[in-house]
Amino acid sequence: MKSDILRLLEENGKLSPDEIAVRLDLDVEKVEEVIEQLEDEQVIVKYCALVDWDKTDREIVTALIDVKVTPERGIGFDAVAKRIYKFPEVSSVFLMSGGYDLSVKVEERTMKEVALFVAEKLATIDQIQSTATHFMLKTYKKDGVVFNKGKQEDERLVISP
Amino acid sequence: MNWEEVIAPRVREVPPSGIRKFFDLVSEVDDVISLGVGEPDFVTPWHIREASFYSLERGDTMYTSNYGLLELRREITNYLKKNYNVSYDPQGETLVTVGVSEALDLALRALVEQGDEVILPEPSYVSYKPSTILAGGKAVKVQTDRKNEFKLTAEALEEVITEQSKILILCYPNNPTGAIMERDELLEIAQVVEEHDLIVLADEIYAELTYGQEHTSFASLPGMKERTILFNGFSKAYAMTGWRIGYAAAPEPIIQAMMKIHQYTMLCAPIVSQKAALEALRNGRREVDKMTDAYNQRRRVITKGLNDIGLDCFEPQGAFYAFPSIEATGLSAEEFAERLLQEEGVVVIPGGVFGESGQGFIRCSYASSLEDINEALNRMERFIKKI
Repeated sequence: MKSDILRLLEENGKLSPDEIAVRLDLDVEKVEEVIEQLEDEQVIVKYCALVDWDKTDREIVTALIDVKVTPERGIGFDAVAKRIYKFPEVSSVFLMSGGYDLSVKVEERTMKEVALFVAEKLATIDQIQSTATHFMLKTYKKDGVVFNKGKQEDERLVISP
Repeated sequence: MNWEEVIAPRVREVPPSGIRKFFDLVSEVDDVISLGVGEPDFVTPWHIREASFYSLERGDTMYTSNYGLLELRREITNYLKKNYNVSYDPQGETLVTVGVSEALDLALRALVEQGDEVILPEPSYVSYKPSTILAGGKAVKVQTDRKNEFKLTAEALEEVITEQSKILILCYPNNPTGAIMERDELLEIAQVVEEHDLIVLADEIYAELTYGQEHTSFASLPGMKERTILFNGFSKAYAMTGWRIGYAAAPEPIIQAMMKIHQYTMLCAPIVSQKAALEALRNGRREVDKMTDAYNQRRRVITKGLNDIGLDCFEPQGAFYAFPSIEATGLSAEEFAERLLQEEGVVVIPGGVFGESGQGFIRCSYASSLEDINEALNRMERFIKKI
């Protein structure tokens, strides 16, 4: 039941407990209780909107930075990750398998700002061996949603047996 | 030209479709929200569409065996065994057809002799009666009602059986009512079927869309496999209506007879659809479950919504239809549907289209987005308050 509720909320954070209760055939009180618990346990971390900034006049540059780390005794990946995610410019940090160790997403107003952030703040951290910065040019799909799909007309016959 | 003489009497005898009449009305109204659609609002899952591109690229553009691709028939029989516990031989007991519609027509033409009676529980899917008439049979209706949640009862069936009774058509989960029949209820029917030596055409196209319990296939009941033709396909569960692909499974002599007609009239189902169906059966489970889950949520929303606005609606447990009574409004189902369309732009199907016992009810399809379902419910509420 928890995961059913979570899946609905992940799809649409604005769903009310009433709506969730009907869709899953549960008591409203029960749904409210479970959601509160999930919030308390930080399973639900926050509620937010998925924004297509390209449709606004806000200028924003997003970069994905592959970071290679040399872990030292006593300073594991977690500690390095923490030093990185403390910067407000950084919107996400993931520990990766494969060719590099940390994937860092940075959002800034200009490319120069991103470059400066990488050069001055990231690359200078002792344990960071190297960085490779990739700028994102266009969002096709994010969090399961296709951007700029346009309104899909229902082309089915209005009536069929 | 005297067209009366040109058109065969058998065809003239088939009444025009009640849905067709309503369709013309609808085309005059703009910007409608339709709960009148009998097909999924989902597009065929991408992996199935993609598999069909590859198949065309490879050059799969030829005829297949009249029975359908053997590898597809193998997947079909595996599926039937695994999901419904019925065993068929892919060679000889399975026929791939152009939708269940073709399979049903083949079965009726293969079995019905002039004057044979075909028993149809009503409300019934609109094709059964015309197909029966076209095959030379006599359609005999047996009523089901709200009190029994539109399930067929053994008593009602007994009442309409005569010396001429030969076939019983069962469609559960049901279009238009959303009713299902559980195993013990089907067992009672099976007893009557055996006693009166009937053949059952089991249209189980909505089998995957059974909510909260397992679908029981009629052929899986003791002794019933030899007197059942099982129909299923890909239209509903895999959102593949336009591909026109389905199948029948039955004892070999019946499949042979159906195949005889099929080979001369259709030759085979389109290969591109057969390849798509193969992909659907091999890798479609995840998408089917996702869609079924979505229908299930909408089902709860629409059932509660209809009851909340004062339209008594039993809980449908299969397919994607709700079948509320509109008797409380004082209107006939036709009036209700016509006025709802003209005054609020919402399309529902008057139950009378599906037979006499559908009068006083409307069919509301929930194969629509929740947004549309909620908006339709709002408009229906406004309409009901106005009456």
